Amino acid sequence: MQPFTELTAVAAPLPLANVDTDKIIPARFLKTIKRSGLGKSLFAGLRYDDQGGERPEFVLNQEPFRGAEILIAHENFGCGSSREHAPWALLDFGIRCVIAPSFADIFHGNCFKNGILPVVQPRSVCDQLMEDARLGANARITVDLGRQVIVRPSGEEIPFSIDPFRRHMLLHGLDEIGQTMQRTAAIDTYEAARMSAKPWMPTISA
Amino acid sequence: MSAIRPRTLFDKIWDDHVVERLEDETCLLYIDRHLVHEVTSPQAFEGLRMSGRRVRAPQATIAVVDHNVPTSDRRQGIKEPESRLQVETLEENVAEFGVPFFPVLDPRQGIVHIIGPEQGISLPGMTIVCGDSHTSTHGALGALAFGIGTSEVEHVLATQTLLQKPAKNMLVEVNGTLPPGCTAKDVVLAIIGKIGTAGGNGHVIEYAGSVIRALDMAGRLTVCNMSIEGGARAGLIAPDQTTFDYIEGRPYAPKGEDFDRAVAYWKTLPSDPGAHYDTIVRLDGSEIAPMVTWGTSPEAVLPITGAVPDPAEVEDEATRAQMQRMLDYMGLTAGTKLTDIPVDVVFVGSCTNARIEDLRAAAAVARGRKVAANVRALIVPGSGLVKLQAEAEGLAQIFLDAGFEWREPGCSMCLAMNPDKLMPGQRCASTSNRNFEGRQGQGGRTHLVSPAMAAAAAVTGHLTDIRELV
Repeated sequence: MQPFTELTAVAAPLPLANVDTDKIIPARFLKTIKRSGLGKSLFAGLRYDDQGGERPEFVLNQEPFRGAEILIAHENFGCGSSREHAPWALLDFGIRCVIAPSFADIFHGNCFKNGILPVVQPRSVCDQLMEDARLGANARITVDLGRQVIVRPSGEEIPFSIDPFRRHMLLHGLDEIGQTMQRTAAIDTYEAARMSAKPWMPTISA
Repeated sequence: MSAIRPRTLFDKIWDDHVVERLEDETCLLYIDRHLVHEVTSPQAFEGLRMSGRRVRAPQATIAVVDHNVPTSDRRQGIKEPESRLQVETLEENVAEFGVPFFPVLDPRQGIVHIIGPEQGISLPGMTIVCGDSHTSTHGALGALAFGIGTSEVEHVLATQTLLQKPAKNMLVEVNGTLPPGCTAKDVVLAIIGKIGTAGGNGHVIEYAGSVIRALDMAGRLTVCNMSIEGGARAGLIAPDQTTFDYIEGRPYAPKGEDFDRAVAYWKTLPSDPGAHYDTIVRLDGSEIAPMVTWGTSPEAVLPITGAVPDPAEVEDEATRAQMQRMLDYMGLTAGTKLTDIPVDVVFVGSCTNARIEDLRAAAAVARGRKVAANVRALIVPGSGLVKLQAEAEGLAQIFLDAGFEWREPGCSMCLAMNPDKLMPGQRCASTSNRNFEGRQGQGGRTHLVSPAMAAAAAVTGHLTDIRELV
């Protein structure tokens, strides 16, 4: 996984609440067996008309937001399905950070596995950052995970909090599975104790 | 250790599965059951292959194909190349990694969240995960069951564990008695209407109260299924005699003395008196009416006796704009009575409502009636075994006589990943769980309802108050 340390980039304002995973990546694009290539289908329903042409009013079809690496939205971003295709599509488009007042739990967790930083800020701050973002290409926003601050184009710093464990994993781009495999002995011990405590536990064979 | 403190059902299952406590509350949690389907697993198996890892506990894993499979005769195979590739990829992966699998022509095949409980694979007190947000369904048995992303699918395949932080406890208590015509689906839609789609974020929900206790397992599975629509990753119901009776005799359930020992353990699981809940929500079951959604979020829900709401009456500008967007997408005008909304399609199916009890409820309405002209109505059983049972009980014939389509099991029209989908602009009364834009097909419009309400809409051609029909 690509580490996330500090990002200075164009931010795209998406002033919608409850942006669901079907909006982020509609189900018809889930028929892939790869993680890459989903960027072109990100927000397909909002981004393209029925003929596949770009909707000029959608933010990611406008300059400089075509190159946005930060997305700012309203409450409950990523609600709905567990599909990791949602963060994969964001990442493939180039989004590395989403700022919103709240996130749906599964989407929030999925972001961290893919080097995307979800940052929670109050609605008023999100609205302010959206105003900053609308100033265009020169209004780049910095997200510094090491110092846990967002830096507005004005230079004002806004602190954010983040789970220390997840921060550590992101900063160093660590592979969770590799980390857990180092605890195999503990898992073996748990399994043995479980066998004697719950001898009735059935096993599956097809 | 922590046994002195009164604990909730969730606390108990959590504590029982902690392999190791790491920093800042993060725990390495043991997973008892891992359900796998074709959409969210290919990249996980690929990850194992790339790093030379194996599946740690195939005997705790079950795979099935459901999202992509067509629901018409499957002996012809899958025509759509991308769907076929995803199904074939799962077939290759389960063979390579030795994972138990129900293939498409096996009568036990079905929607992953239908077959887990049906087979006795999902049991009380277990931790159950699947790369699918509706894994919350299995919580109805008194298990901690939640959806995970593909990276976590790979993590569970490789280690049989997950790194998790404990959720907060939310108690949703529904007391009183449900009025006639109201079902588990109406209960959960009413709950979501009350707490909102983000109401359960960061929580697991424990459902309790006389209404929940009186539900059969099918109803409890429906309620827990839609926990995620209320923002909660998991929903649970304390196991009781209804649960034990449901489990006994199922193919993968413990047998004989093992069953008795299991029951003894399961009886220790219900929340202790005085256990702490971070959030408590109470509903009066006797005030619940048959519900229907009018917008593109499950919280946009009203009793069927209501009318399409008016954005002009909403103060907050962003909320008003979002509501107007919903009405534009749904092609609805404020003030229209919900019962005046015509439907083009009716879908009875999905992991929410495709069990035998759901089909019986729909058949009771369909019996002796005819599907309205210009309405296409589909009945999609949740598994091959549900289909066989419905045929044996004569339900299939009732549906066919009334003009419904009787189809093969799968996710079908719940999500547009197989040939069953809405055309742009089509309006559907659906027993599924999500009414998001494009969920049932690009431009499709979804009204979420119970199976009885769906069947009622099919025979009248418009959204209908089931209480006026029976």
